[in-house]
This record gives sequence, C-alpha cells and structure tokens, in this order.
Amino acid sequence: MAQAKGFFTDTSVCIGCKACEVACKEWNQLKGDEPHFLADSFDNTGKLDAENWRHVKFIEPSSLTAATTVGDGQAWLMMSDVCKHCQHASCLEVCPTNAIVRTEFDTVFIQQETCNGCRNCISACPYGVIGFSETTGTVHKCTLCYDRLQNDMTPACAKACPTQSIQFGNLTDLQAAADKRLGQLHQVGYSNAQLYGRDNTVYGGLNAFFLLMDKPQVYGLPTGESAALPSRNNVGGYLGGVITAALALIGGMIAIRRRREPRAGETRPPAVEPETQPVGSHAGGGDGR
Amino acid sequence: MFLAVHFTQPPEWRWYILGYFFFAGLAGGCYALGAMLRLFGRPSDESAARLCFLLAFPLLLVCPILLTIDLGQPARFWHMMYDTGAGGPALNFKSWSPMSLGVWGLLVFGVFATISFLEVVALDGRNYPLSGVVSKVVAGGVARLVNVVGTVFALFVAAYTGVLLSVSNQPVWSDTYALGGLFLASGLSGAAALVTLFRRWRSTAAASEEAIAEADGYFALLELAIIAVLFVTLAFAGQLVRAVSAPWFVLWIVAILSLLPPLAGRFRSGVVVSPGGTAALARMGVAANVATAAIVLVGVLALRAAVIWSAQG
Repeated sequence: MAQAKGFFTDTSVCIGCKACEVACKEWNQLKGDEPHFLADSFDNTGKLDAENWRHVKFIEPSSLTAATTVGDGQAWLMMSDVCKHCQHASCLEVCPTNAIVRTEFDTVFIQQETCNGCRNCISACPYGVIGFSETTGTVHKCTLCYDRLQNDMTPACAKACPTQSIQFGNLTDLQAAADKRLGQLHQVGYSNAQLYGRDNTVYGGLNAFFLLMDKPQVYGLPTGESAALPSRNNVGGYLGGVITAALALIGGMIAIRRRREPRAGETRPPAVEPETQPVGSHAGGGDGR
Repeated sequence: MFLAVHFTQPPEWRWYILGYFFFAGLAGGCYALGAMLRLFGRPSDESAARLCFLLAFPLLLVCPILLTIDLGQPARFWHMMYDTGAGGPALNFKSWSPMSLGVWGLLVFGVFATISFLEVVALDGRNYPLSGVVSKVVAGGVARLVNVVGTVFALFVAAYTGVLLSVSNQPVWSDTYALGGLFLASGLSGAAALVTLFRRWRSTAAASEEAIAEADGYFALLELAIIAVLFVTLAFAGQLVRAVSAPWFVLWIVAILSLLPPLAGRFRSGVVVSPGGTAALARMGVAANVATAAIVLVGVLALRAAVIWSAQG
C-alpha cells in the first residue's frame, strides 16, 4: 500500500473564498445544486452532498463560545468541510454491497459501479458528508481526488487553496505540521485552538483532520464522546428483539393453550357472513393433524 | 446512553421503506402466529394456522419489490448479495450490517414461507404441479420442523428492520435499543388483526378467534411497554421532543390508541353468546372485529411512519 495520504485543514487561516469548492466542482465535473438564498451568513452551498464535496462553513459570533472572542470583537470562523476519510468509517461499516472501500492511499472511496443507492451510508455518516444523486442513482462524496492521487497529483481543493488552509500530503507529515501549528497558536494566546481527528479519539483518527479555533460542536462536528460507530447498537438492538420474541412466544403460547371451553349452555355465534368457497373446505380444512 | 449530538443527514427513506417495514412485520408476524397455533394449539387451530401461512407468503412477496424500487439503481439489487467491486467476486455477507444480514434473512425466510404456503395449498386440496409430492414430503414432523426454523427467521424479519434503523447515526433511531422489539411486537399484533380480517373467508378458522384475540392482547401489552421504554431512552438521549414533535405526535397518538381495543378485549366481542343470542348480535360482533382489526393495522402503519419520519424531519 502506498503511504497514507490526507488533508490537514487549518481553519485559522481560512478566509472563506470558496476556491476549494470551485476547484472541486471543476475537477470532478460536479454541477452543484441550484443556487438558493439560505440567509445563513455568506453560505449559499448549505451542506455537503452529492454535488458539493467541499463546503465552506461560516460560523458567526452568535454560535461561538466566549473563548473565541479576540481583541475588541469576536472572531468569525470559517472552515472548509470535507469527507474525513475516517480510520473507522461508519459508512464503510454499514455498506451492504461493499461499494465503499479503503484505497491504497488509506482513503475511503465509493465504487460507483457497485453502489446500488440503498443510502444506508447516509444514515450512518456522522458528519453528513454523503449525498444521493437522483441523476446517477448512487451516493457520492469526496474521493480525495483518487484519480489525481493515482497520477501523483495534489487534490484540486488543496491545489487551489490560496492561504494553505487546506494542506495535502503524507499523513505523518501533516500530523507533524499540525502539531507545530497548534504550538504556535497556543504560544500567541489562542488557548482554545485544538486539533480534531489528529489522534485516534475520533473514529480511530481522521485522514482529513482539522485545526479548530473553538469546540468541535461549534463547527458541527461530533465530539469524541458522541463519535460512535453504528455497530455499537447491534447487540442492544438484537437483544431487545430476542427478549421481545421470547415474551411474545410465551404470551402466544399462554393465549393459545389457556383459552377456556364454552360453558354448558353457551354456544358460539352463528356465522353470518357468506361463505365464499372457504379455503379449507377441501381435503384438510380445519381437520388438524 | 448520553445526550446525543447528531450532524447526520437523512437517508430519505420514505414511502417504499414504510411499506416494506409494514409488510415485513405482518409477514413475519403471520408466520410466527401460524406456527404458534400449529405447535401449541388444538387440532381445531390447524385451520387458522393454515390461514396464517397462506397470508405470510403473499405479504412477503411484496417486500423485495418495495426494497428494490426504493434503490437508486434497482437493477443492481443483487449487489446486496454479491460483491462486484474491488473485494469480489464473492458473496456479500456482513453480519455487523443489519441491511446485509436482513437481505439474507429475507431470502431464507422466503424459502420457509414458500414451503409452508405450498404445504397448506396442497393440504387444502388445491391441485398444482407437484402438489402431491409436496404434501407427502412436507408432512407431519417435517412440516413442524419447517415451522420452527421458519419462525426463527420470521421473527428476525419482523424485528431486524428496527435494528437496521438503530444501527446508524441518525437522531432518534440510534438513540435507543427498543426499535427491533417494538417492530416485532407491532408486527405480531398486526398479524393477529389481519388474520381476524381474513377469517371471514375461512369459516373453519373461527375456532381460534378467541385465542388469537387473547394473544393479540399480550402482543399489544408488549408493544405498549416497549413504546414506554422507547420514550424513556429517547428522553435520556435528549431526543424525545424531536420524536414526538408536530406533526409526528399525531402518528404516535394513532399508534397508541390502536392498541387500546385489543387491550380492552373488544377484539373478542360476541365470541360467546347464550343460546338466546341473536344473529344481529353476532353480526355486530363481526363488524366490531373488522373495525378493530382495521384500527390495529392503521396503528401498525402509523407507528412505523412516526419512527421513520420523525428522525428524518
């Protein structure tokens, strides 16, 4: 396997220019969704989906914690969101067709020829990354420019980013760069700055990890406590089913075995509905065995 | 459980999936009820048991159709079972993915439902190619063995749909373990109602009406208890408001109210009358039974709709 590749997105230098979104669409031939006025800051992309594999989030002061306040004002956070290419990927875990695989670059990739559009991965992805395309009938997300990687090229978004907010490279090199950058920020007083997905506390580590200037929830990212794989509910879910089945069988058995016989002087009511060729009127209807 | 934080997007599972969950619950429920009647009941319960097996098969047939239509690429439905991608060619079986497990479970249950259907058709004296062979091969002990093993898969098919929802990161669905049991209890209750409806066309099944009604009372009680467990677990996860907010609370109310008739025992109205009882009284009893069964089935549908829609907004 080739060396693990990834993204390190340093949100402290993101300026919200959306060059990453444009470059991604350009290279991957994504038409994008119909433009809508979302009344959400400078955001008119809205979310990651089948047509948006990069999405610049704008987080305005009302969402921020006090620690993000800088100088006389408050910071305005921006973050270029993308598929995290999780080490323990929820989408890959639940995919029933094995269309979602891990590539030789240690990234998570959806094989379009195999996907049948069941959308189980959408319900599993904790980051809301995957979207369903009515055009192809399959699901889509960032491929980390798999075709470019195969040709030793940098993914389009990282190539286009004018501030180096999106850095691409070998995962170990990116992690070292992130540690260094975090140290710098802490040194100059940004104590709330933190790395997200750098270590294995979130889904075993993320190949696309982030330097955040506030808590993960502020950016719409689950914390380590909330970041759980769908399979966590397998045992509990099936156990609930087994217990219910046992109780239902006991209840059914009691009902069927315990019913009383008609008392002396009681009869069953006459059948009033027309008998339309009863199914059991031939060889064995109601005869038991 | 902890206060869950979700940033997922909805998979847009809507009407086809609602239909699938509904029919899967009823098919599994009918088969299990039929097996219970045959294995635990009296000889006079055999007719009702056969009715259950006759219903389970067509109900099950609808399931793969709905599932396939719901796919974005219906012609690739077989990819669920066969890996055509980088990991293949090989059979697909992921025990930790309820969707993968469910596809195989549905297939295996289909085999048992078909065998039991053919057996009953043959026993009822309908002639079709190989009916004689079927009735001889699947007879007595073999039929009971088929019923026992088939019931395991029937219960699985009725329940796994709930587990499938739970094994995700969607709000509401992934915040409880109760959905598998809930769908199973609801499926059994709906099956009892359905058998009551169809009993009109199989008069010999009347002997089991009282037992089915009482069993439905237990199923309804179980379902009500699991709804309570569901609400408690969702409250602990901070998702109860989302689950019961407008307009979904209407569906929950319908689902819960539909449990009251079987719980109140109205299901068996007019089952036993004195010798002086009139045909009119019996006719009222039949009408009440039909109405009650219809209400229960609406409740089965409303329950699934409430669970499916409330999580996806």
